[in-house]
Amino acid sequence: MGRYIVQRIIYMIVTMFVIVALTFFSMKLLPGTPYKNQEKLSPEMIELLNHKYGLDKPLPVQFVKYVGDLLKGDLGVSFQFDGRPVTEIIGERLPVSADLGFEAMVIGLVFGLLLGIIAGLRRNTVWDYGSMIVAVIGVSVPSFVLAQLMQYYFAVKHHWLPVAYWEGPAYHILPDIALGFGPVATIARYMRTAMVDTLNQDYIEMARAKGLSRPAVTFKHAVRNSLIPIVTIVGPMAVNLMTGVLVIENIFAIPGIGDQFVTSVYTNDYPMIMGTTIMYSVAFIVVVFIVDLLYGVIDPRIRLAGGES
Amino acid sequence: MENILEIKDLHVSFDTYGGEVQAVRGVNLELKKGETLAIVGESGSGKSVTSKTIMRLLPKPAARIKSGEIWFNGKDLTKLSEKEMQKIRGSEISMIFQDPMTSLNPTMSIGKQIMEGLRKHQKLGKQEALQRAIELLDLVGIPNPEARVKQYPHQFSGGMRQRVVIAIALACNPKVLIADEPTTALDVTIQAQILDLMKDLQNKMQTSIILITHDLGVVANMAQRVAVMYGGKIVETGTVDEIFYRPKHPYTWGLLSSMPRLHSKTDELLAIPGTPPDLSNPPKGCPFAPRCPHAMKVCVEYMPDYTTLSETQKTACWLLDERAPKVEPPEIIAVGGAGK
Repeated sequence: MGRYIVQRIIYMIVTMFVIVALTFFSMKLLPGTPYKNQEKLSPEMIELLNHKYGLDKPLPVQFVKYVGDLLKGDLGVSFQFDGRPVTEIIGERLPVSADLGFEAMVIGLVFGLLLGIIAGLRRNTVWDYGSMIVAVIGVSVPSFVLAQLMQYYFAVKHHWLPVAYWEGPAYHILPDIALGFGPVATIARYMRTAMVDTLNQDYIEMARAKGLSRPAVTFKHAVRNSLIPIVTIVGPMAVNLMTGVLVIENIFAIPGIGDQFVTSVYTNDYPMIMGTTIMYSVAFIVVVFIVDLLYGVIDPRIRLAGGES
Repeated sequence: MENILEIKDLHVSFDTYGGEVQAVRGVNLELKKGETLAIVGESGSGKSVTSKTIMRLLPKPAARIKSGEIWFNGKDLTKLSEKEMQKIRGSEISMIFQDPMTSLNPTMSIGKQIMEGLRKHQKLGKQEALQRAIELLDLVGIPNPEARVKQYPHQFSGGMRQRVVIAIALACNPKVLIADEPTTALDVTIQAQILDLMKDLQNKMQTSIILITHDLGVVANMAQRVAVMYGGKIVETGTVDEIFYRPKHPYTWGLLSSMPRLHSKTDELLAIPGTPPDLSNPPKGCPFAPRCPHAMKVCVEYMPDYTTLSETQKTACWLLDERAPKVEPPEIIAVGGAGK
């Protein structure tokens, strides 16, 4: 097991390096400069500014310097917010996105699994069709449509909930639901399929033949085995949600990282683009790694395959 | 001897998109205390459905018991609620499934899988149940049971897994054990070991066994009585000797003739031509008539009644009617007996 983890960590470092390199060089292909009002700047002034930020040196030199700083934990200074380190901006914005994403993920897991389990158990009944209608709506209605419908109904029309901003528990409700509805639908559909498949297995019949009650068969035997495919989709889904979902953050005026990322691309804020990409990639790679370890917890066949090799 | 289980005129149907499939059409059976009754027949004859009906493990709502009674311990199992049935399953009537590779939960240690039934039916605590699970593993011949009890199914070979399945089935000393093709999925060398184990445990525990199989070698090795099923009906029943040496039903002849033999005169593997009847549209008469070399007009029109040939042997065939022509069984059975 130890050897497996070390091996995986080495792969993760290599993957990170490739991502950093690809992002760095492709980012430099973006047209324009990082400077505001660049059409008013003379070529000489641009040259001066480029020199100040080290952008006049050849790309490989810039890259080596960037990686060197990165290894020291320095992500550089943002161009948009002059003088503010990228780490500080991320540190301010990421917790908001993570909070929103985490809450949406909890909604997705709780209701998604519940709907999926019910639909799988009561296959081809009203329960099943009802759950799957919810799932189809969740997959096909874009989150921004849902968000705006809810804003209109719950905030503008009835004044039950605040329409935007991120200032207290009541402010979380609408964005959480808007963001969590898609995951509810996706998880419900995967869970239903997995449950139907598991319930047809011989060991379920065997569990029933032991005289176990229906809840015992369902939860001890069927649900656990059905979770294996769910773990696969839930990991990346969680990263996506927690590292900022641009549209929802925009609609509800939430100061998260997703909003920030897009602005950085518009303004060629190179250090911010790099910093956000690196943060996103690290989160993604770590989650995929955790998912792989989780497999072992859920499925003993995988645990031993990794452990004994 | 006393009957422990009695099935009376059981009819079971499946509702499918293509209409009603009458899988079991009027089965009568009794199981005596301590005996092994084999139910033989080809795929689709209704033998597995019959056994699952006893356990009330038929898929709902597709399958339903149309009529009939299953008497066990003074209770009609067909009338029990799901809750009452759960008390009987695994404690008084148990089942061994066909494929040990798929009948154990891959994500649960085998110890836990054995303990589940013990904790439910005998209300044992965790430690007692674990102790009993280790004893059971030892009883079914798994070496080093203390260590093995914590392991998972994928760490066991097929034969060892079937021993675990047997340990689970016998955990609560059931009165009746239903074994649905318990050796079909195993290597030939392992088959004999598992059958010996089952016989040995049956002697120790005085369990009655219903053995579902299409392997007549297994029948000869294990059973005292045999019921031959075809097209959802029992066409012939008798003791092992009667079925192997004095079979009267042409389907039984066909089954026995299609058994490969060491000293047969031909190299040919005999088969019964044709296919089993479509039970969504079951024949009026004898279900075997279309494949029967001796079929008469009456066979197609009317189902024959049982002819009682001895205290133990009953056969449903028009050939046994006094007006029917005399037909000799195929040479292969008449000479020296089958299965020897």
